[in-house]
Amino acid sequence: MPNPASHTLSDRIALRVTRLHKVYGSLTALDDVSFTVKNGEIVGLLGPNGAGKTTTINMVLGVLAATTGSVEIDGIDISKRRAKALERTNFAAVYASLPGNLTVVENLRFFGLLYGIPSLGIRVEELLQEFDLARLRNTKCGLLSSGEQTRAALAKAFLNKPRLLLLDEPTASLDPSAAQLIRAKIKSLAIEDQCGILWTSHNMSEVEAVCDRVLFLSRGKVLLEGDPRTLPQEHGSATLEDLFIRVAREPLAQVADSTP
Amino acid sequence: MKLRPIAGIVLRQIYLLRGSPVRLFPMVTWVAIDIVLWGFITRYLNTVSGGGMDFVPVLLGGVLLWDFCTRIMQGVTTAFLEDVWSRNFLNLFASPLSISEYITGLVITSVLTSSIGVIVMVLLATGIFHLQFFSMGLPLIAFLTVLFVFGITLGIFASAIVLRLGPASEWLLWPLPALLSPFAAVFYPLAVLPRWMQWVSHALPPSYVFEGMRALLADRPFPGMLLLQGSGVAIFELLLAAYFYGRVYDHAVRTGLLARYSAESVA
Repeated sequence: MPNPASHTLSDRIALRVTRLHKVYGSLTALDDVSFTVKNGEIVGLLGPNGAGKTTTINMVLGVLAATTGSVEIDGIDISKRRAKALERTNFAAVYASLPGNLTVVENLRFFGLLYGIPSLGIRVEELLQEFDLARLRNTKCGLLSSGEQTRAALAKAFLNKPRLLLLDEPTASLDPSAAQLIRAKIKSLAIEDQCGILWTSHNMSEVEAVCDRVLFLSRGKVLLEGDPRTLPQEHGSATLEDLFIRVAREPLAQVADSTP
Repeated sequence: MKLRPIAGIVLRQIYLLRGSPVRLFPMVTWVAIDIVLWGFITRYLNTVSGGGMDFVPVLLGGVLLWDFCTRIMQGVTTAFLEDVWSRNFLNLFASPLSISEYITGLVITSVLTSSIGVIVMVLLATGIFHLQFFSMGLPLIAFLTVLFVFGITLGIFASAIVLRLGPASEWLLWPLPALLSPFAAVFYPLAVLPRWMQWVSHALPPSYVFEGMRALLADRPFPGMLLLQGSGVAIFELLLAAYFYGRVYDHAVRTGLLARYSAESVA
């Protein structure tokens, strides 16, 4: 028989997005987007440029207000208890690198204070070891290579052992070898901490390797949802990349309706 | 408000100063130049006026107090701009940090950084030009408090302008104190200004401070009413600036401006 206690933990919802709408004047950026991410689950948020992936992430992070709809992190509504919700969240994105004029360790201490991390000194040392940053601890982040900057940003993202981690193309600027190591590290930490991850990427083999589930977003709508390893066949495509290209190019209804 | 996030904002500025001590240079240089320049001007004016009036406390004291107010403002805006320049808004505002904690952190940072310039100013003005800065006693503390509050107000207002109009608008901030100085009546009594300028002056707490300071130096009774009026206007404008910042922040969150500071993300 399955252990009921562990079942409860993994079935808890790290992120619940309900009927999210975002309208800019006459432009609808997000249209009735709903999904969940469970603890310990890695969900890929896929879609062409301008589909609304980063808009969704910004709303989950509380830096962009929804026109209507709600975002709950670990059961806490971000619009009502922003600080409490964000204490349980963290993120890493290629466009939000750590301040380049602070060293790695200074950045981790700075953000550690913002997130109110207890025993901060110990946690920082753990992360320096975990992400192989110990020898770079006193190097300014602006002087790090792309791979090192990504590791530093991820160390910051894991500072508060988040219940929900948002990763916006975390391996975009990395070579395949570095990207593979980073993916493995994120996955092992996610399992260890039972944190839910929302992951955007344009690298479909990466998505297949790490994601338990994917959501295809196109023109602000969630078009498809499922297991990245079976979803292409279910919709008449040979690979996830083929499916992605179809989603990006075809009108919404045609892809959603095209079951074999 | 929690103390740790506020400490984080202050610590960041300490790290920046420690990592790049050259940042201390402008904090000290401009105020030192001001004091030296105005010190010699007052010395010259004392010579040509035939000893009828001591310009040192009026002019040099005025420069020192106005620079104090300006430094406080720049302390807040510079700390804020560090986050603009390093494209750190997304990291900051996607954390549990609240706006009040952020502003409090900026204010404490400003107190630390501006005190460096103030110490240099006081040392130069008293050491070289014999300004009896502390001779005014307790009223001086009250006047400094009003100027401090107004400096914070200007800093918050200026930061809100940058948040609203974008990073390029920082160039609107730097001339702000110079723009206000004719109305602040730093060097002359309010009465010499035309009526419309006096109306503007009444909206600026420093004008009450400098009027009060001149009254004390002229051995007139303690200008309690001026101090009260100046304090009232300063507190009202501080609250107004905080409200304005809050509204600008809400607008930035609603329209995606905040997210766009770091990412071209709004689809």
